[in-house]
Formats: sequence, structure tokens, C-alpha cells
Amino acid sequence: MIASVFVLASIVIVALLVVALVVVGLVRRRRGPAPVAPMAPLPDLLVTEIAERPVLDEEPTLGSRLGASRGVFDRVRSIAGTGALTGEQLEVVEEVLLRSDVGVSTTEVVLAVLRRDGAPDGVAATVRRILRESLVDERHVAVDAEPGRVAVWLFVGVNGVGKTTTIGKLAHREIGAGRKVVLAAGDTFRAAAAEQLTTWAERTGADVVRAGEGADPGSVIHDALGRASARGADLVLADTAGRRANSTNLLDELAKVRRVADRAPGQVLETFMVLDATTGQNALAQAREFLAAASVTGIVLTKLDGTARGGIVVAIERELSIPVKFVGVGEGVADLIPFDPDEFVDSLIRA
Amino acid sequence: MFDALSDRLERIGASLRSRGRLSDADLDQALSDVRVALLEADVELSVVRAFIEALRVRLAGQSLSQSLSPGQQVIKAVHEQLIDVLGGSALKVTYASRPPTVIVLAGLQGAGKTTTAAKLAAWFKQQGRQPYLVAADLQRPAAVEQLRVLGGQIGVDVFSEPSSPVEVARRGVAEAARIGRDVVIIDTAGRLAIDQALMDEVRAISDATSPHYTFLVIDAVTGQDAVLTARAFHEVLELSGIIVTKLDYDARGGAVLSARGVVGRPIVFASTGEKVGDFDLFHPDRMASRILGMGDALSLIEQAERTMDPEIVAASAGRMMDGSFTLDDFLAQLNQVRKMGSLGGLMRLMPGVTKEMRTAAANVDDRELNKIEAIIRSMTPRERREPVIIDGSRRSRIAAGSGTTVNAVNQLLKQFGEMRKMMRQMGGANPSLPPQMGKLAALAARRGGDELPPGFEALGAGMRSAPVSAGPKGKKKKGGRVTPPKQR
Repeated sequence: MIASVFVLASIVIVALLVVALVVVGLVRRRRGPAPVAPMAPLPDLLVTEIAERPVLDEEPTLGSRLGASRGVFDRVRSIAGTGALTGEQLEVVEEVLLRSDVGVSTTEVVLAVLRRDGAPDGVAATVRRILRESLVDERHVAVDAEPGRVAVWLFVGVNGVGKTTTIGKLAHREIGAGRKVVLAAGDTFRAAAAEQLTTWAERTGADVVRAGEGADPGSVIHDALGRASARGADLVLADTAGRRANSTNLLDELAKVRRVADRAPGQVLETFMVLDATTGQNALAQAREFLAAASVTGIVLTKLDGTARGGIVVAIERELSIPVKFVGVGEGVADLIPFDPDEFVDSLIRA
Repeated sequence: MFDALSDRLERIGASLRSRGRLSDADLDQALSDVRVALLEADVELSVVRAFIEALRVRLAGQSLSQSLSPGQQVIKAVHEQLIDVLGGSALKVTYASRPPTVIVLAGLQGAGKTTTAAKLAAWFKQQGRQPYLVAADLQRPAAVEQLRVLGGQIGVDVFSEPSSPVEVARRGVAEAARIGRDVVIIDTAGRLAIDQALMDEVRAISDATSPHYTFLVIDAVTGQDAVLTARAFHEVLELSGIIVTKLDYDARGGAVLSARGVVGRPIVFASTGEKVGDFDLFHPDRMASRILGMGDALSLIEQAERTMDPEIVAASAGRMMDGSFTLDDFLAQLNQVRKMGSLGGLMRLMPGVTKEMRTAAANVDDRELNKIEAIIRSMTPRERREPVIIDGSRRSRIAAGSGTTVNAVNQLLKQFGEMRKMMRQMGGANPSLPPQMGKLAALAARRGGDELPPGFEALGAGMRSAPVSAGPKGKKKKGGRVTPPKQR
């Protein structure tokens, strides 16, 4: 351990020193600057027209979309299911998936399967099946703690994805299911986060535990557990400060919060990573980091009522096996519903 | 996530140099790699296509440079084109002749509008202006409260009242004029682009206040949706520029490029952290490097400039080059590095570092560094200068003194030996930098070549004069007497 840490430290140190040396011009670059003729600047507007996102619908539609010039033969083939796909068809599939933020690697996987096996049931149905198969099977939401303990759902995620709002909506849902819920305002960093959670508590009839700005989030959660067990509550929904997923210190703090929440009488049953459906490829990196720091058990995909499709969760489920458990589909308090994989896959490939 | 595009491109046919220009096949391969990289960076597909076509035109007519490999030449072209696209015509903020200058911030929910409003106010304050914040986001619970708290932190007054967003905005501007503030920043409710009611609201606010500037706040981690957002807002509001937030995440931030490509308005500001001060004018060149996955060496270099003590670094750097680097130097530099940030964070910014190294660095516990420090501090000054004299009994003493094991001491000494070997190669008659250092050096040179950042005159002087067996470094004075450069 010492050896590897030392090596890493020395690399950074040497880098620092090299920077210092170069800045004062003591180390010459290996190659001089290349004299390349200046280019004409590009126009300000790179794209004047955003291509329509194609739709993978049933075959006749696909055929017609691909243009009248295409032979009847191809169309018949794809419907009849001998399977082989044309380059154009593959391109349409690629475009549909990329525009849904599914990501290059997942798209490549789908295309590889299509190339290998063709589309025996037609393109749309086959793509739907491949995507569906790459999603995980199990998405149970655990809510019943061991006897004598209080169930805790911990909410993690980067800034601005809707963690606090999600907690409010889930509080509404669980209270509706007859549970007694305590909200823990563990986001002691963002100005007025506790305020926002308190508003939600009033709206939903949940109890809320909060502390001043800058307080230790662990202690807020500890207090919430105390309150919950004193009042015989069933479930604590614990908010945490939004944090970038690449900050080691903040992730360490999160790991600590999770340990505190899991100490009796608390029992962490779910750690939800809240993810904004507009997020692109960075979501995968976020999921990796939060999985490592807080053992994420499920994803809540928010803002799915916008134009974004949240396709990146396919990659997250495929690569990290973290299931999406809820989706947010509106601003109303009831607009948080269980994730339906079939419906989701459908929405990815359709308009 | 994926190999940095710059690395991948460099691997493209090194054997092609003599042919004089890129073959069509090479070009196709290169463009296909660029395409994947842009998509991985979340650049929108239409924008990717337009970009690739423009790049093809740019590269096709170009003859191969003597000094760059074909891959490097492609990288350079991509980098330049990215800067072109991202930079375009920069927006220069001018102030209204009849104050206040009104600025409206619009954007999707969670993009960071409220925080941006405060950061922008702080920025104007720094420019010597007297900003005023108007909280017209009455939609999100506690958004007004959040702005009040942030306003309090930066010492900028916040106007709000529980009427209607349009009314708040109108009266906020009037109030600013009355009390003599010259910049008004209006925070509006977050919205989903498709939400007509809220789009109408921001439109009404805009009509009621006739802002001089309307900025779209966009989140750097946004995916393909960024263009739709940007276009929807642009159609309703006539944007004057874009503010990008959350650039501190390790997202490649292609969304910025997408938005820029679609609305043709400049990116004006970038927010790079959670603190109010982590906000500045946008740097197209850095964004280009980031999208290319070239590491963010410039940020690393800047961070170094900001935090390191030129004298301490200078003395050690001199000894690094002449091969007399000591454990004292190591200790001093370790402290400099720790001031800059975590090893993991720094490693992430370094170009040409393998994923394994990044992961390893990200997992380094601070306590491990403390252990290293303890071991070195348990050595006598002479041992630190001449580690060769550390024999078995000294090792046991050091291990005992530092609360570690003889094995740990052995490892440290062995690795220090390796480090010195590497340094000697760098500093010898025929200097050769390890690949990742070469890249860093090139970037540093590109940046620092012309003008020395403040404090570096002393660094240059100190380094040239660093005596081989320097005593305690604290003695040298900044800007002090400079002895002639050492002959090599």
C-alpha cells in the first residue's frame, strides 16, 4: 500500500514540478508548435435544423420512413422475418437509440445483436426485445424493517436532480399506503433545502427533523431515527446534500451518513439514487460512484415528463444492475409512479 | 469510461508520415473515432454530424505537418474546430446607459439557476457593480428562501414579494432603480421545456422588464435533450448567451457544444464548483480539451499556480533536474500537492494517465499519505539527503519512530530510488519526459510560454539558482539575489 501510494504521490509531484519548469521555460517541448495555416472560422450557427428523431414503429411505417426508393423486396424481407437488416435500417436504429441517450456502447451492443441475429420479428419488436432483455428483472421496493427497527430510505444524487421533491412525493405515497413517515433534512449544505423539505412535510402530513445549515448530516439522521422510534414511525426518508459524484470527500461523508442511518434502530432498506432524465452519459459515472459510496439499491428517474427519454438507465441497468424503481412524470404530488420496463422501452423507440 | 479521444487518435497510423497527407481510409477512421467521442461527450447527433462534416472539409485539404503525427494533426484540427465553435463571437457585457442593466436567467429545473443568480451577482460585485437580485421563482418551494440565504452570504440584497412572478420582476427592477443598483438579476422558475404555461410566464417576465441580457442556464451533464431545451428557450426569449453549470463534474460537457451549435449564441460564463466564487467567464479552449478527453491539464496548471509556493517548488524542481532531489524535497512537494487537492482529483485532471492509475489515486486514503510523511519525518536530516546511509538499524528506528513497519520503510526507500532514477532521465544531457509528462509539458508550454503568471519570476530565478545542497528553503527570499544559472 505504501509503495503504490508513494508512486502515485510521486507522479503528481513530478507533474507539478514539470509544470513549474515548463512554465518558466526550462524544459523545451519535444516538438515545436506546428505551423498550420489558419482555418476559416466556422459560422456561428453550426446547426440550423435539428433532425427529427426517427421512430421505430411497426414495419410498414419503418419501410415508408426509409423512403420510396427502397425496393419492395427489402421491406417484404424485414416483415417476413428472414432477418437480415440493411445498413439504412441499422442506421435508423442507431439514431433512435443515440437520441434517447442510451449511449454509444449500449447502442453498439444492440446493433451487434441485430447484425448477428437479424430481426426475425421485425425491427421494432426485435429492438424492443433486446433492450428489454438488458434490463434487470428484480425491482422490489423494500419497506418492512426487522421488528423493532425503523426502515430508512436514503436519497443520494448530484445537485438539482430533484431529490427533495422526490422525497416529498414518496412521502405522500407511503403515507397514502398507511405508513407513518419521518423526513430527515440531511441536506445541510444547500441554502434552504430544509425549508423545502419542511414545506413538503406540511403538504403531505409527514413529520420532519431538521437542523441548522452546516450541521452534521449524520446527526440529523440520527435525530430523525430517534424521533421515528419514539413516535412509532415506520419509515424515515433521509435527504442528503446533492454532491458531485467525483468528490472523494463528499462521497466519504455520504458513506458515513449511510453507516449512521443503518445503525439500530435504523435499517437502511433502500438507497435511491435520484437521476434527472435529461442527464447524458455522465449518469453512468454518477451511478458507479454512488454505488461504491452508498450501495445504491435503486434509481428514481425524475423529469421523465419532459422531452428527454432517460435512455441512459438502460446502460446503468445493463452494466451495473441497478434497477430503476420509480419514475417522476410530473410536478404534482402524485406524479411519481413505479417503473414499468415495458412501457419505458416502448417510449424509447417510439415517438 | 472510454479511452481519451486524443490517445485513440494518436494511435492512428504512425506509418503514414511519408505519404504527405491523410488517406481517405485514415480520415474515415479518424472521423469515426471523433464521432464516437463526441457522442460519448453528449453532443447532440445533429450537431455531431455537422461538426464531422466541417471537420472532414478542414482535414481533407490539409497536407501533413512535418512536426506532428497524423493522429496529432487530427487532434489539433478537432481541438481548433471545437474552440471555433465554442468560442465564436464572445459576448462582452456592456452596461445600460440608464441603469439598471437587467438580466433574466432562464433554464430547466435543476440546472442551477438560483445558485447561478447568486454567483453572477457576486461576479458583478467583483467588477465593481452594485447588483440586485430578484427572486421571481415562486414555483419551487423555498427557492426564494434559497436566494435570500445566498444573497446574504454574498452581501447582495434580494427582492421578493408573494404576488405574481411578473409583478415581482417588474417591481424588483423598479426598486433597483429607486435605490440605485445598476445590475438586476432576475431568477425565474425552473421549467420543463415543454411546459407552455411556464414558458409563457418567463416570456411575460421578459416582456415586462425588457432585459438587456437573457441567459440560458444549462447543466453540463445534460444529454441529447440540450438542443431541444436551447432551441425552445431561444424561440421564446431571444437568448443573448449561455451559462453552463456543473462543469466541475467529470462530464465532458458536450451539451454546451450542442446548445451553442443550435442557438449560435456565445457561452458566457461557466460555473465550476459549489462555492460562490467558483464562477467565471467561459474558456473555450478548456472546454475543447475536456470534450477531447485530454484531461483538464490547464485547470491543473492553474490550480498549481494558485496554490503552490513558487520558492518551495522552484528549489525542488531545480534539484529534480540535476538529480539531487531529496526526501526533504519530496516532503515539501507532497505538502504542496496536498494543498492543491486530493491525489485522485489531481490525477483526474492529468492527461495521459491510465484509468487504473486514476482509480488507484481516487482510492488513496489521506492517512496513507500521513504515514509516508511520518516515515520521512522520522529520518534524520542527513538520512533524508542521503538515503543510501539508511541501514538495517536505522530502518528499524525509523519504523518504530513512525509507527510503521520496516517493510513499509523499505518500500518507501525503494520507490524513492525509482523516482530519482526517473528524474535523472528527465534531467540528463538528453532529457526525455515520460509520455504523460510530455503532454502536460506541451500544454503548460502552450499556455505559459508567453506570459509568466504572477509569482513565477521568482520561481524562474529560484530554480536557476537552486544550489545542489540547499539548506532549509525558507531562507531564500522571493525576488532575492539571483546567482548565475548553473552550468550543465
